[in-house]
Amino acid sequence: MPLVTKQGFQPTPEITYVLVEEIGAANQASLAVSVPSDTDAAVLAPHLEKIALIGIDFPSFADGRGFSIALRLRRLGFEGELRARGYLISDQYPHAMACGFDTVEIDDEMAERQPYEQWKAATEKVLPPYRVKRAG
Amino acid sequence: MYRYDEFDAAYVKNRVKNFREQVNRRIDGSLTEDEFKPLRLMNGLYLQLHAYMLRVAIPYGTLNSRQMRTLAMIATKYDKGYGHLTTRQNIQYNWPALKDVPDILDDLADVEMHAIQTSGNCIRNVTADHFAGAAADEIEDPRPTAEIVRQWSTEHPEFLYLPRKFKVAVTGSPNDRAVTKAHDIGLRMLRNNAGEPGYEVIVGGGLGRSPFVGKVVRDFLPKADLLPYLEAILRVYNLQGRRDNKYKARIKILVHETGTDELRAMIEEEFAKMDGPSIALDPSEIERIENYFAPPQFSDLPAESVALSAAKAADAEFATWVDVNTDAHKQSGYTIVTVSAKAIGEAPGDLTTAQMNVIADLAEQYSHDELRISHEQNAILPHVKLDDLPAVHAALVEAGLATANANLISDIIACPGLDYCALATARSIPVAQDIQRRFSDPVRAKAIGEFKIKISGCINACGHHHVGHVGILGLEKAGIENYQITLGGDHTETTAIGDRAGPGFSFEQVGPAIERLVDAYISLRADESERFIDTYRRLGLEPFKAALYNEEKEAA
Ligand code: SF4
Repeated sequence: MPLVTKQGFQPTPEITYVLVEEIGAANQASLAVSVPSDTDAAVLAPHLEKIALIGIDFPSFADGRGFSIALRLRRLGFEGELRARGYLISDQYPHAMACGFDTVEIDDEMAERQPYEQWKAATEKVLPPYRVKRAG
Repeated sequence: MYRYDEFDAAYVKNRVKNFREQVNRRIDGSLTEDEFKPLRLMNGLYLQLHAYMLRVAIPYGTLNSRQMRTLAMIATKYDKGYGHLTTRQNIQYNWPALKDVPDILDDLADVEMHAIQTSGNCIRNVTADHFAGAAADEIEDPRPTAEIVRQWSTEHPEFLYLPRKFKVAVTGSPNDRAVTKAHDIGLRMLRNNAGEPGYEVIVGGGLGRSPFVGKVVRDFLPKADLLPYLEAILRVYNLQGRRDNKYKARIKILVHETGTDELRAMIEEEFAKMDGPSIALDPSEIERIENYFAPPQFSDLPAESVALSAAKAADAEFATWVDVNTDAHKQSGYTIVTVSAKAIGEAPGDLTTAQMNVIADLAEQYSHDELRISHEQNAILPHVKLDDLPAVHAALVEAGLATANANLISDIIACPGLDYCALATARSIPVAQDIQRRFSDPVRAKAIGEFKIKISGCINACGHHHVGHVGILGLEKAGIENYQITLGGDHTETTAIGDRAGPGFSFEQVGPAIERLVDAYISLRADESERFIDTYRRLGLEPFKAALYNEEKEAA
């Protein structure tokens, strides 16, 4: 599974994710938590200290819930890595980054069909005026 | 009018370039058809019954003569010489070739226009009162708000893949001409007791297969909180709206299933946690945008025009047109002209290239270079001197645009229906044409008074039939068109969904049924000032139902 990062495609390291319900029982210091797209971000609030990586599922590229979940997690103060996992297309890469994601995990078929140049090109697009003014 | 700054211009131009690349990536297989579809929809491109259809945004219905001439040029160069005005203040071209679409978008970008988010499951182009900036009853011009919402919602990274489409409308007048209660979000500008400007926020209105009147979630939202509050509503909807069934995915269903109070609490909770200042526009930026909409330099004129009175006395046809197609302007000596795109027997809302050019010329010469497109599928000249009405009328007569029927029975809203639309179950344009012919006598039409007929060619209700005084919905039963009639709908600040009258009618039966309905109304109304909708409210469905089905009973 390739991982889309700012430096290019990288192989996704082997990671053991825990589910939200399992966080309480886990006694590691830096957890990786897997979050389905119907999760209320607030349930993670008490555990954020223990979490290094949150992987948010995208069951379909047409399902935009993950963008809102990511923003809510950032607002709750999560500073670890946010990873979009599942089905995203390169055109959505800048939107994912703007919502607080750091990386996107895609499957091999997608990586072959949409090579890294397409993901990189997407981040170089001109931003809409309201965003430019907010950013500046 | 708003003018693009360097950021707007760069964005819209680049967006065309990006779309060209997306088309190429579809062709080389980088994008699958499923993946390409939402991308093309977010750029206004639909696949229709016979061909692609391009839906061009006319943000909040405002445009100038140069833009109108470009729309006319596109109709000639890339289409069959006409365009179709829609109920969402867009113009649609029904026959562009896919390969030409990026070029059309480039031509549009040259005059600060685009087709961005006129389709797809995203925040659609924002609509507003078509008399904005001109109406005598206006509290505040809604267009700066609409422009702010346009900028904020354009490629908003969080809200491009919503459960379903999302429509926002703004009115700055207590007399709602923007159908705000039938939108996902309706914003009504008002003042609180301290005189501060703000909005009443209405959520969850919508037509389609399950019509709902929107609910007020905030009585008064201070102006400065607009964008954070909209963002809160959209975030709740993006997370909670249903994605399992596209017919239950609009926010109106979420409001209905969750309950207004509960949903209001969720929105308020989200809003309370927002980092407002990071989302809201700076007051200086709001002011910058408002300045673009400053009124034009009006002349000081008396309220009465001698030239107009003389012309009316000399020409009864002209006098009728003035009475029917003009509205009160906030500036003394000026008026608002409705240019009817509903000539008897023509497709409602269709304008030819030549007509678009005439309207552009008139806007330039007589209306401070401003035009509006109404959701009622007409064009508006918002700032015309009373003294100039005879000249404007003469030019409109030449162009076949002087039908004196604004708000009358032949000023019908009709969606494209089976003539163009891939989703249609029945024709709607020919139904409108048949009714128009039956009521083509302007004297009779004026005697009938305000009478709003709205026609949709399928349950999606693009023709707003639920909120027509008379709504006509074309369905299909066993391969035959069947038209359901609803009565008593209302699209204004007193929004109401019409009542279903009874079994449907065949295509041929619709016109005669409407004639019987009108005859019944004329004999039942208290006096000439009582509109059909008023009589209906006074007497209820029964007498009108009897009239509609009278003939069937006789035949049985
Ligand atoms: S109401 Fe139906 S037929 Fe008419 S334009 Fe909408 S989808 Fe098409």
